[in-house]
Amino acid sequence: MKKSHIEESIFKALMYFSLVLVAGSLGFIMLTVLIKGLPALNLAMLTQTPKGGFYLGKEGGILNAIVGSLYLATGATLLALVFSLPLALFLGTYARRWRWADYVRLSLDVLWGVPSIVYGAFGFTIMLALGMRASLLGGIIVLALLEIPIMTRAMDEVIRMMPFEIEGASFALGSTRLETAIKVVTRQMLPGIVTAILLAFGRAIGDAASVLFVAGYTDRMPTSLFRPVASLPLAVFFQLGTPFPEVQRRAYAAALVLTVIILAVSLGSRWISGRLGKYTIK
Amino acid sequence: MDPHVQVRQLNVYYGKNQALKDINLEIPKRQITVIMGPSGCGKTTFLKSLNRFLELTDDTRHTGEVLIDGEDIYASGMDVTEIRKKAGLLAQHPYPLPMSIYDNVAYGLRIHGMASRGRKLDEKVKHYLMEAGLWEEVKDRLHAPATGLSIGQQQRLCLARGLAIEPELLLGDEPTSALDPISAQHIEERLMALKQEYTIVLVTHILRQARRLADYVVFMYLGEVVEFGPAHEVFEHPQQERTRAYLAGQF
Repeated sequence: MKKSHIEESIFKALMYFSLVLVAGSLGFIMLTVLIKGLPALNLAMLTQTPKGGFYLGKEGGILNAIVGSLYLATGATLLALVFSLPLALFLGTYARRWRWADYVRLSLDVLWGVPSIVYGAFGFTIMLALGMRASLLGGIIVLALLEIPIMTRAMDEVIRMMPFEIEGASFALGSTRLETAIKVVTRQMLPGIVTAILLAFGRAIGDAASVLFVAGYTDRMPTSLFRPVASLPLAVFFQLGTPFPEVQRRAYAAALVLTVIILAVSLGSRWISGRLGKYTIK
Repeated sequence: MDPHVQVRQLNVYYGKNQALKDINLEIPKRQITVIMGPSGCGKTTFLKSLNRFLELTDDTRHTGEVLIDGEDIYASGMDVTEIRKKAGLLAQHPYPLPMSIYDNVAYGLRIHGMASRGRKLDEKVKHYLMEAGLWEEVKDRLHAPATGLSIGQQQRLCLARGLAIEPELLLGDEPTSALDPISAQHIEERLMALKQEYTIVLVTHILRQARRLADYVVFMYLGEVVEFGPAHEVFEHPQQERTRAYLAGQF
């Protein structure tokens, strides 16, 4: 066999190995959650809040955590979007030649890597200083902080992939930078924006550490921005921490619900981004 | 000759490199002025200086004046969007905007408040698609993505889009070089028809295209204007040795 053929085979084997590793991990996680969680999953789990003695294996469900998580993640994603999209557009259009732009990117990358417990602790400190209690609002703000670097950098990369000629075409027609950013760059980026939103949403809804201190936990349904709120990751955490096997199984059921939500959001956004990509210049 | 664009003492630098040297030119109104020359001679840079596209590139400087209708487009206080609105641009490779065929043409009309919706907008879009010779091919799919068009159709869409802002000038930067021969012929025919109303500046390195289209010819070499004059004179009796050599195919 020739040397080039050997190289080819080695790399092919490496690629297949990586594929199996990644797909296998996903499959293994799904299987674990399904096997352990599915038997405990029933209608009551999805439609009821915890009743007395829920953490001892009595009746009730995790509706409070499902709704709480959706509120937290949706609120945080919308809040993060308000800051991320303008920031990404600024970096990609106005600040194209601004020499600090790369430092902004570097700080965002560092923030992306900061563990979420640090965000939680940071939020907690601020909260104490302001005399606030753990609340839905606190959770939304801290999760938004967690999301902004992810969302901004994901959008930023999409803008950087865009051929300059598209912007140039818009400038040549006599449009301002703002018109170009809003009407052309954003249109071209739409599928990328949706992907960025999904990425950030997935991180936010799955995060336990950052909401632990700032959003608290409650067995009640969320009714106010200023009251504590339950979340699915913490529901998993608290139930898994009990010594009762039936409660632990319900932790897996909660994890299953969380996974299904993320899966649904992923597939939904893929579909949306495919539709929005109709006009995109490739 | 009635000059539409006057270029005086124009020098352009990219960083330390001088791309244009002491350009003095008068571009006549409602004629096709073809700029030719070997690659790297500054043709495209010159074109970019006419709609202030130079400033979109890093580290460029210029000295001198470019006057359109007697006004220096580089004078302080000039609105760059107004200047660019005066010149429709056809790039080397057509880049439609990421929207439908209709919206590509409507975009300029909308941002300049020339027509924003309804019948008036429909009429204008149709008018400019006809001007660009594309209407018949797209009238049944106006709201389809512009990317679905063939590349030749996309270039005519870019022409329609450029005409819709009601410019006085049309700038073409080798607008047929990415096209197949039939699409290229379409564009050439449109340009010939459009010179009744527009001052056209066309960059090309295709000598035969220059011969077919040009009323006036500028021959550039290494950032300088070597020769400028009515097309038949430059082609039949070039005054400069370098022009003769270029026309004879020696570059």
